[in-house]
Amino acid sequence: MSDNFERFKKCAVDVLSVDEAQVVPEATFESLDADSLDLVELVMALEEEFDVNVEEEELDGVNTIQAAYDLVVSKL
Amino acid sequence: MVNERVVLVTGGNRGIGQAIARRFAAAGHRVAITSRSGAADDTDGILVVNADVTDTASVDAAVSQIEETLGPVEILVSNAGITRDGLVLRMTDEDFTDVLDANLTGGFRVARRVSKSMMRNRWGRMIFISSIVGLGGQAGQANYAASKAGLIGLSKSLAKEFASRGITSNVVCPGPIETDMLMALTDEQRAAMLSVVPVGRLGQGDEIAAAVEFLASESAAFITGTVLPVDGGFSMG
Repeated sequence: MSDNFERFKKCAVDVLSVDEAQVVPEATFESLDADSLDLVELVMALEEEFDVNVEEEELDGVNTIQAAYDLVVSKL
Repeated sequence: MVNERVVLVTGGNRGIGQAIARRFAAAGHRVAITSRSGAADDTDGILVVNADVTDTASVDAAVSQIEETLGPVEILVSNAGITRDGLVLRMTDEDFTDVLDANLTGGFRVARRVSKSMMRNRWGRMIFISSIVGLGGQAGQANYAASKAGLIGLSKSLAKEFASRGITSNVVCPGPIETDMLMALTDEQRAAMLSVVPVGRLGQGDEIAAAVEFLASESAAFITGTVLPVDGGFSMG
């Protein structure tokens, strides 16, 4: 696993209060019991951690850990 | 003894805002107020921060200063407001939009800024100071009444968005309260106002503060999205 994914995972664990083992690429936010507010919170934490800026409309269709990770990494 | 919280009262340098700030401070909370001039009288133990709620960067800087000095804001009392009265026929676009920007959008800017830390802490109280004018309208105050009515929709939406995070949002609608703003009216205007207040007197700032303090308390955790008139019975119809 890349260093970036480890940082991403740490944010997800902190914000979503899930186990590290649950933060796998194919996991959906629904399966992690994360609602839309959780997703916004996660994005805010990721923006801080990675020093990137994510616009509201970019979150459309972001339903999985992989999709969220790809979105953040695409901005680095 | 109360659970000591960090309280921000916008526009807390005079009138109702000042009464609210003093009541929270007297109860043992850590209180900050914002004012446009940055100056405030009799501010023992109350942090005074300069802020213009019509300016997002100014709000951000003020809240950051409070966070550094007192800690993250846990109780927000959104009270800052202006009036620019006039009959609709003579009211300019600026008269209308300036009042909306300060009273309504200002409340939104501050709420947005403090909601982040409230969400993180899974605890927060937002109390918006509206007005009975926002419930019933007022000739000569279309702009002010619209802004105060708007706070109700804002607060209820915040209540729904943040309900799952231990954050409540409520509105208090003061009736005629003995403040500089009201004392600027003529005796006749004041008498007319009193004639429609069943309790038959003006309210005191601290009577508003008491309601706000309750809504901010641990005991009020199940109260959210409400509108509470504190008006001597004026708005019951």
